Amino acid sequence: MKISNIQNEIVEEFDIFDTWMDKYEYLIELGKSVPKISDQNKSEDNIIKGCQSKVWLHAEKEDGLIKFYADSDAIITKGIISLLIRTFSNQNPTDIINANTDFIDKIGLRQHLSANRANGLNNMIKKIKYYAIAFSKLN
Amino acid sequence: MIFNMNVLKNIELIRKDFPILSTKVNGNQLIYLDNAATSQTPNCVIESISDYYKNLNSNIHRGVHKLSQLATEKYEESRKKFKKHFNARSTSEIIFTPGTTHSINLISNGFIKFLKKDDEIIVSQLEHHSNIVPWQMLCEKTGAIMKVIPMNEKGELDLNVFATLLNDKTKVVFVNHVSNALGTVNPIDIIIEKSHNAGAAVLIDGAQAAPHFEIDVKKLNVDFYVCSAHKLCGPTGVGILYGKKEWLEKLPPYQGGGEMIDQVSFEKSTYADLPNKFEAGTPNISGVIASGIGLDYINKIGLTNIKEYEDYLLDYATSKLKEIDGIKIYGESKTKVSVISFNIGEIHPYDIGSVIDNLGIAVRTGHHCAQPIMDYFDIPGTIRISFSFYNTIEEINILIDALKKASKMLS
Repeated sequence: MKISNIQNEIVEEFDIFDTWMDKYEYLIELGKSVPKISDQNKSEDNIIKGCQSKVWLHAEKEDGLIKFYADSDAIITKGIISLLIRTFSNQNPTDIINANTDFIDKIGLRQHLSANRANGLNNMIKKIKYYAIAFSKLN
Repeated sequence: MIFNMNVLKNIELIRKDFPILSTKVNGNQLIYLDNAATSQTPNCVIESISDYYKNLNSNIHRGVHKLSQLATEKYEESRKKFKKHFNARSTSEIIFTPGTTHSINLISNGFIKFLKKDDEIIVSQLEHHSNIVPWQMLCEKTGAIMKVIPMNEKGELDLNVFATLLNDKTKVVFVNHVSNALGTVNPIDIIIEKSHNAGAAVLIDGAQAAPHFEIDVKKLNVDFYVCSAHKLCGPTGVGILYGKKEWLEKLPPYQGGGEMIDQVSFEKSTYADLPNKFEAGTPNISGVIASGIGLDYINKIGLTNIKEYEDYLLDYATSKLKEIDGIKIYGESKTKVSVISFNIGEIHPYDIGSVIDNLGIAVRTGHHCAQPIMDYFDIPGTIRISFSFYNTIEEINILIDALKKASKMLS
């Protein structure tokens, strides 16, 4: 599925919920279902700076597509990560580089996060894009 | 616990003095439990700032005109209030700075003059980063060595180890009066006495103590005592630095500029007398004046009443929190102010903080700028609640329900 379609799907899913408590509950559920990252990839190098909870992000390229693996010690952060993985994993580097990320604003997530956490989210997106740029150069 | 019921009766009236307390957050009534980070601001302080810019705004100390004289009088009146409040010997021992961190940097920087390689300085494990990093920078510049007073499981300093750290190389000891992360009240009277016996100067970071109980710098015989006005119902950007006159006279100025000079020529400048020597440039005039108003407000309620009421809130909240499954409270010293740090089970403090923020409850989560304490307990951080005299039992009850709800959602 194209990145923009996945993003629209996510926006629609979040629209179902009336309150932020419900949206958080959904994020927590999503967080619990994030596939485990291997211990060797939970390295210091893979830690994203600027997050108040610990976030690890690892990427691999397979058949021209980038696969992202991530984890966090906080479950809501993991929920946010799961949205990013769903959006950007299994996509080609060019599409990731060109993708716009306003779906995060559309679901109201950025406005709802503390400044620190929003900063962490920006850093996650930045790192995803950096990986895409790096892998595109490897071609 | 029995306390002065009049205080309780007045809480609703007191709360009306703080406009922010009626704010709604995410559709819920704000419950502000982050008072250790900053206290809220009463109307009289807000009005003082507005009044200054409406009626007094002018630069102090150097104008001959009426406004400048009036502003100078108000500014110096604030100094008198803090002098009286902390029982300093003279107003020249009270320096206004931009905050506690700035005050610590002012002093640590001045100690470059007194330290040489292999001299020793002592810090405690309970410190805020702002009372660690400036001194580490001092060590880098001078070759002095930093030693650490360890703490125990309850979050209390080990004074037996402290005694073994002191020797004739010890030049300065810097400890907080109250731990911002755990709420422990440290036995600074003993620390000051022992340090002085070893010939060392003592700086006490009182940022977390000054809002909760009376402090008498003369009785404590402390060399430096620092705190911030924004935790004392004042505005941000004002720090209060008490220093013994003999020390402040010995310390070199921290910043050069106007106001702090006596004579200036290109060959050499001489410095102004205390306290101006440490107040280079135009100070935060409206902030300093408003800080004095904030202090008046606190003293009108009375720190004895405040302590009694906050102790009551602390005991109530601690016992209620202990009813929550899986709760672990960090910092269980017998002497504490109204600060409680805790975690629930394996849940990340940030997750709890996010969920209860949705319910309008403001708490602190994270390492509270005190990573050595978190390392001791081997945790990423805690949830910290901290009460002020305007918090209520009802707010604690709502917090407890919210924590139970968050814990259920996140488990």
